[in-house]
Amino acid sequence: MPTRGKIRARAAELRAMFEAEGAQLVETNVLQPAEVLLDLYGEDIRGRAYVTSDTLRGEQMLRPDFTVPVVQMHMEHGAEPARYTYSGQVFRRQEDDASKDNEYTQVGYEVFDRENPAAADAEVFALIQSVVAPLGLRAATGDIGVLMAAVQGLETTERRKRALMRHIWRPRRFRALIDRYAGRAPVPASRAALLAHEDPLGIDVPMIGMRSRREIAARIEALREDAATPPLSAGQVEMLEALLSVRETLPFALEHLRDIAVDMPAITEAVFRIKDRMVALAERGVDVDALEFETSYGRTQMEYYDGFVFGFYAEGRPDLPPVATGGRYDALTRVLGQGREIPAVGGVIRPGVMLKLEGAL
Amino acid sequence: MTIKLGVPSKGRLMEKTFDWFGERGVTLARTGSEREYAGAVEGVEGVELVLLSAGEIPRELAAGRIHFGVTGTDLVREKLGLWDQQVEEIAPLGFGQADLIIAVPKIWVDVDTLDDLDAASAAFRAKHGFRLRIATKYHRLVREFLQDNGVADYQLVDSQGATEGTVKNLTAEAVADITSTGDTLRANHLKILSDGLILRSQATLWRSRRAPVDDVEKATLEALTAKLGVGA
Repeated sequence: MPTRGKIRARAAELRAMFEAEGAQLVETNVLQPAEVLLDLYGEDIRGRAYVTSDTLRGEQMLRPDFTVPVVQMHMEHGAEPARYTYSGQVFRRQEDDASKDNEYTQVGYEVFDRENPAAADAEVFALIQSVVAPLGLRAATGDIGVLMAAVQGLETTERRKRALMRHIWRPRRFRALIDRYAGRAPVPASRAALLAHEDPLGIDVPMIGMRSRREIAARIEALREDAATPPLSAGQVEMLEALLSVRETLPFALEHLRDIAVDMPAITEAVFRIKDRMVALAERGVDVDALEFETSYGRTQMEYYDGFVFGFYAEGRPDLPPVATGGRYDALTRVLGQGREIPAVGGVIRPGVMLKLEGAL
Repeated sequence: MTIKLGVPSKGRLMEKTFDWFGERGVTLARTGSEREYAGAVEGVEGVELVLLSAGEIPRELAAGRIHFGVTGTDLVREKLGLWDQQVEEIAPLGFGQADLIIAVPKIWVDVDTLDDLDAASAAFRAKHGFRLRIATKYHRLVREFLQDNGVADYQLVDSQGATEGTVKNLTAEAVADITSTGDTLRANHLKILSDGLILRSQATLWRSRRAPVDDVEKATLEALTAKLGVGA
């Protein structure tokens, strides 16, 4: 059988398994309006998705994933709770590495359920794990929600917390902000000069563009407020660093996080959610004692995950992408739901990578 | 068969390229009427002159339709993914220097660094309901630079010319463009971010890694580089 046929047959098998679990089969268009994706991800999405256009509909993107259109569909007319499955091609630009596929098949399983998020997390993870089990993969898990809770709990201004939250998925920028807020990075000379100036806007320069004098003045005010804000305490920074460096098997990681939560009560709820999930995973038969947990996992992908995250990797095959990935994306449903929201979690499998590992391709 | 040399077909870039080759004993000249895009090479046998738009030279090199080409570093980096696998840099020619930079209105006294630009972008988006617009024709280079530096909440809008005017015309809030002296930026009340240098560019002689060469062409290629005093 030709490669494409084999991948399609495997995708159909996986989809049938997901349907047997109660998922409804859905389809989405290959061409997606670029506006929605651009609004969600900004310009970065152009670096990883193919954009095309015509003179009537404007810019369209070849779907880089199914999650966004499936969420949109659910938010428009989905019943609750809902389970969906789908399969088809996704398209990703690969301008830095010609050996990576720019078109491949994904099979997904998504759960929209308000009742018990921990159980839904465990359901998706256990189901996907059972599918890939014969391949002997390494599972990685994490939880973006812990870091988000920690940021919310920092003893500093709302403005600083908002800036950190914006850059959760950009670890380098996040680190630079922490260094600045902690007073560890020097204030740029231009910033110091601006703050020392009594009337920085009182210069003889024409006002041009849409960003108004008032907006500039507001930012200067914000910078003054920030300069007057005491630095993040060394203790808080240390705790944040301790949090970010947690990388152990789940039960030990949980213990470690509980210790941190004693001094950082803001993460308590998030830590409880990890514990509930661990119990739910164990109930589903997952060997949680051997399951890896890493607080920073999933932070470098430009994704919408804001809670549980996971991935399955073939050890000793760094040339291959993960066989399966997934996570929780409650905030995405809020953004796309226009006032409505629903907790949601899902994952995708790449049947092509499975077949490669089995030696069938 | 012949070795094809692609050279910008117009203006100062063409004249300076002709001068650079001329100083090394390779005479390039346009032939026919002033409007005809035809040229001749003297000083080395078997080299054919191809007059092209500077913007198309990277593509022609990558396709292997020309063996050598003169164009800016900026255009090669913008237009060719994994550029160094497609072309080889033979020699910088010492003219056509220009910096690809990010500039904002001079009145933005609160914005001097990329960090400021990021913060201003976030506030702009919250206030105006759309992302802060940066006008450019160097989409790939600018996007990669801003992504590497963790700037979010901006969007690129295409501008193929008169880019410095876009802010005043309210079609962009900032620009990413090529500048050599900065005069046009100043005249349009713009300033360069202190860490906003994306790339230093100059006219450069490139060799295609894709263009096939037979034995005769290989000899021509070596004769040309020897005459020019550059390694290939």
